[in-house]
Amino acid sequence: MIANAFLLALREIRNNLLRAGLTTLGIVIGVGAVIAMVTLGSGATKRVTADIASMGRNLLIAVPGQRRPGTLVAAPNFQVDDALAIRRDVDGLSAVAPAVSRSAVAVAGNRNRTTQVTGTTNDFFTTREWPIARGRAFSLAEDRSGKSVCVLGETVRRELFGTQDPVGSRIRVDKISCDVVGVLSPKGQSTFGQDQDDLLVMPLKTVQRRLAGNTDVNMIWMSVARASETTRVKDDIERLLRERRHVASGAADDFQVSDMREVTRMVETTTGILTAFLSAVAAVSLLVGGIGIMNVMLVSVTERTREIGIRLAIGAHERDVLLQFLIEAVVMSALGGVLGIIVGLAGSAAAASALKLPFVLRPEIIALAVAFSAGVGVAFGYFPARRAARLDPIEALRHE
Amino acid sequence: MTGAPLIQLRNVTKIYGTGEAAVAALAGIDLDIADGEFVAVMGPSGSGKSTAMNILGCLDTPTGGTYHFRGADVGALSRDQRALLRRYYIGFVFQGFNLLKRTTAEENLELPLVYRGVAKTERRAKAREALAQVGLSDRGHHTAAELSGGQQQRVAIARALVSEPLVMFADEPTGNLDTAKSHEIMSLLKSLNETRRLTIVLVTHEEDIAAYAQRQVRFIDGRIASDSLRKAAA
Repeated sequence: MIANAFLLALREIRNNLLRAGLTTLGIVIGVGAVIAMVTLGSGATKRVTADIASMGRNLLIAVPGQRRPGTLVAAPNFQVDDALAIRRDVDGLSAVAPAVSRSAVAVAGNRNRTTQVTGTTNDFFTTREWPIARGRAFSLAEDRSGKSVCVLGETVRRELFGTQDPVGSRIRVDKISCDVVGVLSPKGQSTFGQDQDDLLVMPLKTVQRRLAGNTDVNMIWMSVARASETTRVKDDIERLLRERRHVASGAADDFQVSDMREVTRMVETTTGILTAFLSAVAAVSLLVGGIGIMNVMLVSVTERTREIGIRLAIGAHERDVLLQFLIEAVVMSALGGVLGIIVGLAGSAAAASALKLPFVLRPEIIALAVAFSAGVGVAFGYFPARRAARLDPIEALRHE
Repeated sequence: MTGAPLIQLRNVTKIYGTGEAAVAALAGIDLDIADGEFVAVMGPSGSGKSTAMNILGCLDTPTGGTYHFRGADVGALSRDQRALLRRYYIGFVFQGFNLLKRTTAEENLELPLVYRGVAKTERRAKAREALAQVGLSDRGHHTAAELSGGQQQRVAIARALVSEPLVMFADEPTGNLDTAKSHEIMSLLKSLNETRRLTIVLVTHEEDIAAYAQRQVRFIDGRIASDSLRKAAA
C-alpha cells in the first residue's frame, strides 16, 4: 500500500512537473540557504580559529594600558625586569618573551621598506611557534650584548631581496646597520587582516639601546606549558604585575593579559550566533515553502475530487486516501530537500573558494535538512490530505 | 431462497435537511433482493431511486429504518466498515464511467485489488482476465481518455467484476451512450447475471433498458409504487 502510494505520488508529480517543480522551489531555496549558511559559517569559524592558533597555542599576551569601554587608556610600559620576574616567580610557563616594537625603515641596496621592528629574545619564536626558514635565530651572546643582528619576516625579505638569499647581507635599519642572520617562515594574514610577516626581529637590547633609547617593554609574550593551567597561570601573572606596578587594591588593572583561547572562544561564539541567526532567516523560507506545498496540495485535492470519490467508492479507507496525499506532499518536499542540499553544497563550495574559506561539510546538518523538509511535507500536507480523506464519496463522485 | 436475502430494507427513510426545510427523499421503503437477481429500479428524477441506490451501495446510511446487507446492519457500521463492505462485496458502474482518465485500462482495473492488498503480478493477471470478459483484451494499455464511451463503460464493468463482488450496482449505465452501445452493454450485464449468477441492481428511467432485468421496481415520491415480483406473486 505504501509502496503503491509512492509510485502514485511520483506519477502525479511527473504529470504536473512544472507545478511540482515550482512548488518544490520554495523548499529547495529554504534547505539550500540553511545548508549554505551553516557550511559557510562553519568554514568561517574554522578559518578564524586556525588564524588565531597561528599566533601560537596556549599563548598569553600582556600589554600595558587599561581597558575602558571603547578605548585603551595609556599606562606606563613594562620593564625587562617585569618579564624576568614573571619568568622567575610564575610556575607553568614554558617561554617568556619581552618585546618592544616600533616602526622603522629598512634599507638594502636601493630598496627600502617601512616595517615593524620588534626587539625581543629567542623566546619570541617559541611563543609564536614560528620556525626559522633559513639561517638561524640569535645566539646567546648576540642576545645578551645587544649585537646588531636581525631576522627578517617573509614580506620584508621579499621586498628587500626578491629572489636573493639575504642571510649574511648587511642592511640598514633607521640609523643603524645590522647583519641578517635568518629568515622567518611565512605565517600569512592574521584574523584581523594584518600581514604577520611584515616585521623585522632584533635582539631586545639592540632595539632598546640603539633605536628606542630607553629600557621599556611594550608587550610580553608568554607560553603556558599545559593548556589546563592557563587560567591559574594568568591569575598569577596578573597578581604579580599588579604588585610590581603598585596598583592599589580595588583599582582596576593598568595592564591587560589576554588569553588566546578566550579570544578563540569569543570569535567562535560570535560566528556561531551569526550562523544561527542567518540560518533562522533561511529557515523562514522553508516555512514559506511548506505553505506553498499546502496550497498546491489543496488545489490538487479539489482537482482530483472525483478520483478521490472513485477510490472511496471502490473501498478505500480514509487512511488510504490520507496516506496517498500525505506521501505525495512528503515526496515533493523531500525531493526539494535533496535538491536543496545539492544546491546548498554547490553554492557554498563556490562561495567558500571565492572567499578563500575552508569548505566544512556538516553531515548532521544535511541529515537534519532531509528530516526537516520531510517534516515540512507531513506538517503542511496533513491538512489537505485530511480534507481529501474526509470527502463524502457521493458528493465527490458528483463533482465536475 | 434460503435464509436471509442478500439485501433487506425495512421501512427505510432518508431525510435531507432539518425542521421546516426537511425533505424526505425516501419515505419508508421495504425491499428484499435475493442472491442472483437482476433488478431494475425505475422512476422519474426526484423519485428517490438514486438515494436508494446510494444507501444500497453502502455509500450512504438511512435516516430511519434498517438496511441489512448479508445480515449485517449497515446503519450501525462505521464509515471504514462500510468501505470494507464495498471493497469485498460490491461493484459499481456509473453513468459517467468514473474511470481515472489518465490511467491505463489495466491500472484502472487493478485499483480495487490494490485496496484489497493483492500482489502486483496477481493484480495484473486478474485485470487481464476481467478485460477479456468484457472483450477489451487489446485495449489494456490505452488510457481511459483514449477509449470510446462504450469501451470506457466496458472497462468500468470490468472494474466492478475484477474483485468478484456479490452484487453490482449500475447507476444509469447507458445514460451517456447511444442506442446500439446501450444494448451492447445491457447484453453484457444480462449475460453476467445469467452465467455468473451475479446479482445486479440497475437504475434507469428507460423502459427498454429496464426490460433486460427480470424484475422491475418503480419509485414515485420516495415510495415503491410497484414491484413486478409482488405483482407476479399476487
